[in-house]
Amino acid sequence: MTSKDHILNAIRKQSAPKTDLPNLEGPWIEYANLKSQFVDSVAAVGGECRSVKNFQAVKSELDQLPVFQSAKKICSLVSEVVSGNVELNEIADPHDLEDVDFAIAAGEFGVAENGAVWVNSGTMQNRAVYFISQHLALVIPGNQLVHNMHQAYERLVFPEPGFGVFISGPSKTADIEQSLVIGAHGARSLVVFLVDEID
Amino acid sequence: MNHPAQAAKFIEDEARAHWHDESLWFVRAKRDKAAQTLPEWEQLREKASQIKEHTVSHLADYLEEFSENAAKLGVHVHWAKDGDEHNEIVLSILEKHSVKRIVKSKSMLTEECHLNPYLEKQGIEVVDTDLGERIVQLRNEPPSHIVLPAIHIKKEEVGELFHEHLQTEAGACDPEYLTEAARNHLREKFLQADAGITGVNFAIAETGGVVVCTNEGNADLGTALPNLHIACMGIEKLVPRARDLGVFLRLLARSATGQPITTYTSHFHGPRSGAEMHIVLVDNGRSNLLGQAAFRRSLSCIRCGACMNTCPVYRRSGGHSYEATVPGPIGSILAPARDTEKFYTLPHACSLCGSCTDVCPVKIDLHHQLFAWRQKIAEQGLLPFVKTSSMQATSFLFRHPKLYRFLGSVGRRIAACLPRFLLYNKLNPWGKQRELPIIPLESFSKQYKKHRKDHDQ
Repeated sequence: MTSKDHILNAIRKQSAPKTDLPNLEGPWIEYANLKSQFVDSVAAVGGECRSVKNFQAVKSELDQLPVFQSAKKICSLVSEVVSGNVELNEIADPHDLEDVDFAIAAGEFGVAENGAVWVNSGTMQNRAVYFISQHLALVIPGNQLVHNMHQAYERLVFPEPGFGVFISGPSKTADIEQSLVIGAHGARSLVVFLVDEID
Repeated sequence: MNHPAQAAKFIEDEARAHWHDESLWFVRAKRDKAAQTLPEWEQLREKASQIKEHTVSHLADYLEEFSENAAKLGVHVHWAKDGDEHNEIVLSILEKHSVKRIVKSKSMLTEECHLNPYLEKQGIEVVDTDLGERIVQLRNEPPSHIVLPAIHIKKEEVGELFHEHLQTEAGACDPEYLTEAARNHLREKFLQADAGITGVNFAIAETGGVVVCTNEGNADLGTALPNLHIACMGIEKLVPRARDLGVFLRLLARSATGQPITTYTSHFHGPRSGAEMHIVLVDNGRSNLLGQAAFRRSLSCIRCGACMNTCPVYRRSGGHSYEATVPGPIGSILAPARDTEKFYTLPHACSLCGSCTDVCPVKIDLHHQLFAWRQKIAEQGLLPFVKTSSMQATSFLFRHPKLYRFLGSVGRRIAACLPRFLLYNKLNPWGKQRELPIIPLESFSKQYKKHRKDHDQ
């Protein structure tokens, strides 16, 4: 007998009483002002959220950021904002991304209750760029916000292979005496741009 | 294994024990604050409990559904009856890829299976990449908490450790400086690794995906750089639908650290392009636990650690005093299920205050289960003579009210004049650090009757 059969048989031999799967109808929390709640939540998890008019405004906001100004290697997945100088498609090995200073990528939507942004990288070989870059900016359409995680999962389907991640603030740790330190292994800072006009 | 003896060592350093207690209470307070931001908190706990109970009652079906769907995504799915088989499977995958260096993100399952020493014996370098886990690994210690592995260690000690291993400045103990040193040290390890091993927080039956939650981003870096990802999970990690995660992710981080969600909540549906992904499903005693009605609900645990942070015994005795992979209230249920004789003291490391049950995000009836374990341990005759004999004597006394009253009245009169060694000895562990109160001359029932009489008049 294979281990698989062994385990499944062992489970089926036990007679745990069958119970039903509950519905998830709620009611769940909704906020009076979705956008300001999201902005506050991103700040609470150590990030920063800026609401801007269009892609051009994202670029001018970035230009004001000291970590962007001093970035030597910039990788952009949102060419409408900035072109950057690291072409992800030309990188054959994700290890070559180790010295990227700043990455700009698109998120699909934001969650107001926790400041998380859903980022979907599909089967992209170089998804390391989201985690290895010293600093990260995520760009999402201003009208793509949901109140809570239940609404978030209503939007998500996983029909094919791929990788998706909720990113809530910059990388952090509190493993030394519960002192919060921003910048553990991933991004040292995170800026989320809510863009009003996206064509 | 003896919790009282280990706990006694821990509290010898009174200042440190107090510091430990306060650190964990601080985390518990953050949890309360986070829970109070959601009016639907109790409803979420109820839903989470129902989803887990349902899943466990249909576990074999969901496991089959999950493994079929994961295979469709291009994942290699393996099944392991126990820890040994799990370790062998992991090793065989690593050997096939000639792996010499591994980065691992936090996984209590691989701790449970003692994967690290097994692989190290084969000459494979295993680096734990969660900062807390790396700290305890460099100290050659197991984690003392499932979410906060280094909660028992002071920053000065981390400073010394990093000075020795990572060449930080002698005497430096600023957490920011030390974290930066660990970041640079572990960056190198991430870049050198041939494979990444992760645990699994949730596995989704309907999609075949697994979800991993971290704050540091170590699971993400560890799986985005090397071309081999092995995810190791206990079979109880399943949820039926992706949307069930809406419930669990709202509860997990809030219960664990008071955060609204972890920084990274990564959904792995198959390997990235050019890479290979394996999932190892491990039983290791779980199907056996499923058959025991009194303890079945312990399989609902999502490993948030809230029961540890709130437990008055855990906070004052430290995680290592349990000598089990998972310490605290939930660990005191899981460990005796694995080896009752070895861990019989753990269900007694509990005042039955019920605080763990109150904070558990999936509503496990923890203190009831701990009580059930005590009964089972007594029935199996595992208690030491001092405990059984004093229990039997007490039981005899309580069944004979006249004798009880007589001895009570004698005791009240002579207790004050008895020599100390008769009152403070092995039979009275309560008196170890405490003085008995002054015993009133009148019994409670006498005082009560008198009070009623005065009151009624």
